[in-house]
Amino acid sequence: MPQNAENVLDHFELFRQPEYKEMFEKKKQFENPTADAELERVCEWTKTKDYRDKNFAREALTINPAKACQPLGAVFAAVGFEATLPFVHGSQGCVAYYRSHFSRHFKEPTSCVSSSMTEDAAVFGGLNNMVDGLANAYNMYKPKMIAVSTTCMAEVIGDDLNAFIKTAKEKGSVPAEFDVTFAHTPAFVGSHVTGYDNVMKGILEHFWDGKAGTAPALERKPNEKINLIGGFDGYTIGNLREIKRVFASMGVEYTILGDASDVWDTPTDGEFRMYDGGTTLEDAANALHAKATISMQQFCTEKTLPYIAGKGQETVALNFPVGVQATDKFLMELARLTGKPISAELAKERGRLVDAIADSNAHIHGKKFAIYGDPDLTLGLAGFLLELGAEPVHILSTNGGKAWAAKVQELFDSSPFGANCHVYPNKDLWHMRSLLFTEPVDFLIGNTYGKYLERDTGAPLIRIGFPIFDRHHHHRYPVWGYQGALNVLVWILDKIFDEMDHSTNEVGKTDYSFDIIR
Amino acid sequence: MALRQIAFYGKGGIGKSTTSQNTLAALAELGKKILIVGCDPKADSTRLILHAKAQDTILSLAAEAGAVEDLELEQVMRVGFQNIRCVESGGPEPGVGCAGRGVITAINFLEENGAYEGVDYVSYDVLGDVVCGGFAMPIRENKAQEIYIVMSGEMMAMYAANNISKGILKYANSGGVRLGGLICNERQTDKELELADSLAKRLGTQLIYFVPRDNVVQHAELRRMTVVEYAPNSKQAEHYRTLAKKIDANVGNGVIPTPITMDELEDLLMEHGVLDAIDESQVGKKADELAVTA
Repeated sequence: MPQNAENVLDHFELFRQPEYKEMFEKKKQFENPTADAELERVCEWTKTKDYRDKNFAREALTINPAKACQPLGAVFAAVGFEATLPFVHGSQGCVAYYRSHFSRHFKEPTSCVSSSMTEDAAVFGGLNNMVDGLANAYNMYKPKMIAVSTTCMAEVIGDDLNAFIKTAKEKGSVPAEFDVTFAHTPAFVGSHVTGYDNVMKGILEHFWDGKAGTAPALERKPNEKINLIGGFDGYTIGNLREIKRVFASMGVEYTILGDASDVWDTPTDGEFRMYDGGTTLEDAANALHAKATISMQQFCTEKTLPYIAGKGQETVALNFPVGVQATDKFLMELARLTGKPISAELAKERGRLVDAIADSNAHIHGKKFAIYGDPDLTLGLAGFLLELGAEPVHILSTNGGKAWAAKVQELFDSSPFGANCHVYPNKDLWHMRSLLFTEPVDFLIGNTYGKYLERDTGAPLIRIGFPIFDRHHHHRYPVWGYQGALNVLVWILDKIFDEMDHSTNEVGKTDYSFDIIR
Repeated sequence: MALRQIAFYGKGGIGKSTTSQNTLAALAELGKKILIVGCDPKADSTRLILHAKAQDTILSLAAEAGAVEDLELEQVMRVGFQNIRCVESGGPEPGVGCAGRGVITAINFLEENGAYEGVDYVSYDVLGDVVCGGFAMPIRENKAQEIYIVMSGEMMAMYAANNISKGILKYANSGGVRLGGLICNERQTDKELELADSLAKRLGTQLIYFVPRDNVVQHAELRRMTVVEYAPNSKQAEHYRTLAKKIDANVGNGVIPTPITMDELEDLLMEHGVLDAIDESQVGKKADELAVTA
């Protein structure tokens, strides 16, 4: 046997031993495999234009969608508030998915409970689960607020959260004045960005509109503060800390609505923190009085932002500002709204970023990229690539629709480098595979799932997006602001140089370019 | 006027859609701007207003377009008699899918796309019974303020009215929904008016109107019209107008219903002599067995 206690082989080595190789060979005869030649023929055919046309004519089937469901975004939004426990009205398996998904990305635990709906709840309605669940969650985990969202099952049977929560309070599950916010987040509608939007709006409605009829609605008394909503963002830790630095640098008073930067980055110092940081409930309520609200991701706040505007605030929607121009726009809007000048510190950072871009320009200019991901992320990255002189030739999003596509096209039209670029709304990663085979690019930008495309098509993957499961700690770095753009620039350049080294390292054949200096 | 939302519930086949469309047509004559939301997979809640067999439903159009987000309000809304706006939620074929979810999806779509702007009345026409959470959507908080139950003197219609009251009670305690009253659609059963009136009292509400039976309703229906439009000078049209005025004046008079048990319902029928007192010794006996003991 290859495995023994004296010399333990891990899975990398174990299954390469002759015993296992022989076993796999024998197994084949039971698997009724397609003949190698036929397999090869079909594989090759899937790389052709003919197959691509058929692939894009696909109507009823989605293969490898680059999106998650509403409740995932719901949990993301909820954990950004002080000592808030996300409470998912649905079955346990759903919540296990949200928790593991976030934990695999942030490498931190994510506290979230379910109302543990089972067969009987599906038949009789989930009221009892809400009543018991709220009582248990409140007593066991001592949150300051519970944010309720839903899953497929609760939505199909039509559970009414508003009525259920009122009933649960009447039955004494939680005190009447305890904050329980709610949002309906059916998993089969929209995507995680929709769920984020619904929960953010639900929380603001709770605090601003009289806590579901239990308190008087707040009256807006405008002040000079600025609200900022980050949206669903895999880089939320780095990004929000960077945003706070920018605000401090300009002396702007602010409230970040939904700040998960501490709860997904708790220090290891011997104390377990179920909750850490987050927007205080007081700040969430007082955010009504702010002068304006900036959304860093338009498509994460499609309902929230108009709701805030309806309260009399000015609102500004950005699209994941990465790069010089996008950061310029963010800072100039901030300066306009507050009347405060952009600080000298930030102006210097801008100059340094431009300098860095100029230093590396020869290597990025004219390179072709494919990008997939959330609507705002893809817009932000495409904008940055265009200003670097690269060509983002394929921009694909599963949860981006017509409005997003129009915005991307507008971006293409604004730059000479956008002339040969195309946008693909509501498409999946199997469409991307066809694009990469028929119109190859130099680099692919996407999340961890892109590694299958990289293996399949050979397009080197630069990991930017959510989720990133197979590389650690990138979420700690910002990608917004001038400093963030510098990080993105470095990640792209690192891959370019790695590829360059990789393709010039054959001794005596290609290594005349295996250079020390790049 | 502030937007008023009402809903018609009642046992299947009781004449719910006919009564509601006639009443709403009469309300429209009074100058009210009305939106009808049909919440029945059969999609027959608006045919008399639109003179159509059945209009395209939100869900069938959404299935064609791919997703409900791809629809525009103009595609699903039709305008009929007296400028009444009509939409039908639609739903699956009998035996498949989930009609309740269809109602939720349709109502959310209408709200999000501003269908309720500029109307005085939104009326939901809901199928037979509150069979699941989806069909309770119109009675959730911030939806219908008053429910009108269409019934008759038949036992099963009264049974259904009582059941619907149970559904309303569930939501009334925590929300704003109230029972506006019973509408008795005459079937010419024994002591119908008395029975309907006592049931209303037992439920803690009022019999808001007793609509007498008249064949002109059938004549109008065959022409896909309301009586109010087909025979505006008929007595029946006048009845619907009176009902419409009563509903219009009934704002804020809704109550939290007090549903009764099945036994109490049977007692009610016995009190009025519609049902003979049950001799427990005879229950479950065949006719020839009874002949022997007699």
